[in-house]
Amino acid sequence: MAIISLHQVSKRYPGGFEALKAVSFSVEPGEMLFLTGHSGAGKTTLLKLIAAIERANGGTVLVNGQNVSSMRSAAIPYLRRNLGLVFQGQKLLYDRSVFDNVMLPLIVTGQPYREAARRARAALDKVGLLTREKANPVTLSGGEQQRLCVARAVVNRPAILLADEPTASLDAAYADEIMEMFHAFHQVGVTVLVATHDQQLIGKYRKRVLALDHGRLQ
Amino acid sequence: MRAWLQHHRLSLVQTSARMAGSPFATTLNVLAIGVALALPFGVYCLLANLEALSRKVSVDPQLTVFLARDAAKADVAAVETRLKGARGVRAVRFISRDAALADLGRAGGLEEVIASLPQNPLPDAFVVTLSASDPVLADRLELDFKSLPKVAYVQADSAWVRRMDALLRLGRTGVVLLAGLLGIALVAVTFNTIRLQILTQRDEIELCRLIGATHTYIRRPFFYLGSMLGLLGGIAALGIVVAGLAFLNRDLGALAQLYGADLRLSLPSSREMGAVLGSAAALGWLGAYLSVSRHLLERGRK
Repeated sequence: MAIISLHQVSKRYPGGFEALKAVSFSVEPGEMLFLTGHSGAGKTTLLKLIAAIERANGGTVLVNGQNVSSMRSAAIPYLRRNLGLVFQGQKLLYDRSVFDNVMLPLIVTGQPYREAARRARAALDKVGLLTREKANPVTLSGGEQQRLCVARAVVNRPAILLADEPTASLDAAYADEIMEMFHAFHQVGVTVLVATHDQQLIGKYRKRVLALDHGRLQ
Repeated sequence: MRAWLQHHRLSLVQTSARMAGSPFATTLNVLAIGVALALPFGVYCLLANLEALSRKVSVDPQLTVFLARDAAKADVAAVETRLKGARGVRAVRFISRDAALADLGRAGGLEEVIASLPQNPLPDAFVVTLSASDPVLADRLELDFKSLPKVAYVQADSAWVRRMDALLRLGRTGVVLLAGLLGIALVAVTFNTIRLQILTQRDEIELCRLIGATHTYIRRPFFYLGSMLGLLGGIAALGIVVAGLAFLNRDLGALAQLYGADLRLSLPSSREMGAVLGSAAALGWLGAYLSVSRHLLERGRK
């Protein structure tokens, strides 16, 4: 059964802008795929619908068998705990250390502190930031900050990883590094959906590509 | 359960740290709440003292029954029997017109005036002490005694007690109104304080929601902040009221000494103090609740 499945999904923002028009596709568990398209094509909107950040105007969005578009708001937090999100614009907290940034998803879901700390260190180790755990995120380079975001997204061991332009502000070497990490998570069974307009990166992996054009899937 | 406790502890620690992190703003907020609460609570304490005082003064409620000038000895005796027989009467003291005149002469230094009077203008009188300080009883007996034969006039010494009672009732209503208004002010102060705190933590709240934090989780630290602000405000209010009463007591002591009386304002009881602290914390919580709920509603699903 598909882990993510969209059927005839449309999204219109207040003001009449139609971000998505009758989009349908499904993703198998453990699959890695790219979402591409010019800017404004609806990539971010599509990810937001899956994460229940926006609500679709028509059609159904199924994640893990649950209908996200008709979900009660009280159930949304529990849906999101199964998702790892790497956002555009990072959303790191600069009033606390690298370690505490990674701890946050575990604390929010009520993990015991000792176990949480162990998992946070493991996630930091995976992205090569263990030695910087006490640093403030401000002191990290752009590539390191993005790696920190990845660590935070995977620390809860989500079944699905959604990334919105994770390599947008990075130079080629850093971008490769980040994409390799996503590929590694895919190899251990995580479903990975990456929105990017970087055709060169997409070309490196022989994965399914969903191309959006003015809100329609090509 | 453990996670729940862990987050409560964490919320408490974070809240305390945040409040300690901006001591000036916290102090001002606490003072604003403290002053707002001290006003009705202070007035309440003064009223309570006044009430206690009025009870103390009127322990011996009395009626004075004046007889008609033409009352004969037999009439006097008849009235005395009736007075003594009435329910609610503890003691009856007879003051003859001659004794009254002599008293007046001694007390007022009016001997010469009195000596020049052709006859004694005073009537015979009874001072009736009631068994209880009860305005209803006093009213009833006053009416009863008035209707006795040869009774000219009954003066109730409890009239001023009743006036005082009415005044105290008015005062209490005033306190309730004042407390209500300033309670709203307290909610408003915490509402705004929490709102500011929410705005400074906007990014963190948004992020927490994206990584699966429930509304309960997001609200909890702000509930702590609101309740703690209220509680500290309540403590400030108690401090202000107790200090104020101590101040008044110092001056009152000097005044009372001049009159040879022992007058002291008593401090609020621990139950009253507990009630003030409890309601202050509850109102702070309410302000936080309104503020966070409004924010979460505004942000919708995001």
